[in-house]
Amino acid sequence: MGGNLVQNYGEVVAMVLFGIGFTNLLLQKNMIKKIIGLNIMDTAVYLFLAEKGYITGHIAPIIKNGDFSPDTYINPVPSGLVLTGIVVSVSVTALMLSLTIRLYRRYHTLDLDEISTRLKKEGR
Amino acid sequence: MEMILNFPCLCILLTMFSAIISSALNRRWARYLNTFVVTLVGILSAAVLMFTLTSGKSYVYQMGHFPAPFGNEIRFGSLEAGMALFFSVIMLLSLNGGREKIRMEIDPGKEKLYYIMINLLLSSLLALVYTNDIFTAYVFVEINTISACGMIVITEHGRTIEAATRYMIMSLLGSGLFLIGICILYDMTGHLLMEYLYTSISNIMAAGTYRIPMMVAIALIVVGLAIKSALFPFHAWLPDAYGYSTVSSAAMLSSLVSKGYIFLLIKLIYRVIGFEVFFGSRIINVLFVFGLAGMIMGSVSAIRENDIRRMISYSSVAQIGYIYMGFGLGTGAGMVASVFHILSHGATKSLLFVAAVGLTDASGGHKEFDELTGAAYRNRLAGAAFLVGALSMVGIPLFSGFISKLLFAQAAVQSQGKALAALVVLAVSTVLNAIYFMKTVIRIYTPTDKKYEVTAFGYKVSYAITLGCFILLNLLLGLFSQPITNWITQGLTILQ
Repeated sequence: MGGNLVQNYGEVVAMVLFGIGFTNLLLQKNMIKKIIGLNIMDTAVYLFLAEKGYITGHIAPIIKNGDFSPDTYINPVPSGLVLTGIVVSVSVTALMLSLTIRLYRRYHTLDLDEISTRLKKEGR
Repeated sequence: MEMILNFPCLCILLTMFSAIISSALNRRWARYLNTFVVTLVGILSAAVLMFTLTSGKSYVYQMGHFPAPFGNEIRFGSLEAGMALFFSVIMLLSLNGGREKIRMEIDPGKEKLYYIMINLLLSSLLALVYTNDIFTAYVFVEINTISACGMIVITEHGRTIEAATRYMIMSLLGSGLFLIGICILYDMTGHLLMEYLYTSISNIMAAGTYRIPMMVAIALIVVGLAIKSALFPFHAWLPDAYGYSTVSSAAMLSSLVSKGYIFLLIKLIYRVIGFEVFFGSRIINVLFVFGLAGMIMGSVSAIRENDIRRMISYSSVAQIGYIYMGFGLGTGAGMVASVFHILSHGATKSLLFVAAVGLTDASGGHKEFDELTGAAYRNRLAGAAFLVGALSMVGIPLFSGFISKLLFAQAAVQSQGKALAALVVLAVSTVLNAIYFMKTVIRIYTPTDKKYEVTAFGYKVSYAITLGCFILLNLLLGLFSQPITNWITQGLTILQ
């Protein structure tokens, strides 16, 4: 058990980071900290994927000297997934930041709970 | 015949390109293009539905030049085609019913952006329905979330921005879990296409190794999608988002966006996880308990609400609970009931939202119950439509809600060990539904002497036609339930 954890330390770190990001996104009151949590969470997933796609001693999948042997290259699919995921998380982060700017301009605070209580007091 | 096989892919591309083209058009042409595309998608999906129903088979459509284990695929059978048709019909009707409101509530410079969001929403829904690749499903889940968020914030209002922020946070938590779930599944199986995942998962489960990691991955995927579709404890954003956004957005969010995720989950259950593996796991008990809790708590919150739009929104929480309760029963009949409820709730909830806006407009724009007294006399058609929707939600025979309650009850009786809990909660929830819907109906049909300025909105021809179509759709689902359940059963069988 312990040996496995040491051997797959990359995956372990990824899962710990995922947990940190997830709890930050869920529990932080400050919007900016929430967004940072979101980015930590997504990056943890990419670390996990990259760790799974990498094979020790193999090189990036760009064909060299006509060598088509699968023993030379790493698995390219997880890298492709990471790229797609990065695009998604960038756009989502941009959207969240723009919403935060809107909220800040209206209420002059980044605390989402305070905004909610203020909205309830206003009654509409 | 070969031509028809291209239609699902064509629908997705058509909606995506129309979103791009809309950005270069003015608001009027963006509106025309949107109406045209949604109608066209409906017609094409109907053709695919006819074709798949007569052939009784499902088809795989290869995207790009990489064959099966590597490339991307679209797959469709009668259930998928029917869902695409249903989604486009509801979208067209909701947009038509709220057209005046869109014009009034949205800044004219931004109306174009609204139609871009609608086109993107339809394309992501179609992709979720048709895709055969789970990573593509993840990407379109995110597109769906972003366009739904755009639809909420388009009416600039403190409440909607706050609601959209909460919605985004909940959705991102859900999609994070979904993403890590599919990454773990990919690591264990090495596949992203659904058939290959299914074979690998059943091999792994048969061999008995890696049982716990597999269950963790499946649980992450299921919980992620449940969070995104606002299952009971994760519904905090929902009343504000549905209650304060423009009426077409509210109707589409409740009957399309959350249903898209649920349909993806159904597809994953049948095509990736496998019926036996999923129903043999304890995940369904969790879904069952939260579904039951949602059925009660959603209705209780709705009773306490004093705002008609927010009351209808809380009722959505209860109805999502019904659907997950159907999953939790763990039988094929439960799944059929859930799919039928997706249709029935979609048709009824959008009707209620569109009818409610007619009632509130006839009461000087007030949404509180005191002001709504006698609203049904001021706008008779909206009143009648609201009555139909309310009767359907309560589960009166003739209307679609009755059939879904009947199917749920039948499925509950067949299931082992869960029959009593499901039936009791179903009965309690029906009574609670009746309390708040009948309270509203009595309120709007109580005559009053108070005068309100009558807006022309309620008497527009397109609004009247929309309400007529919605009522007809409801009756259709209620009266011809046998062919529809046959279609669902057949569709679910060939989904595997």
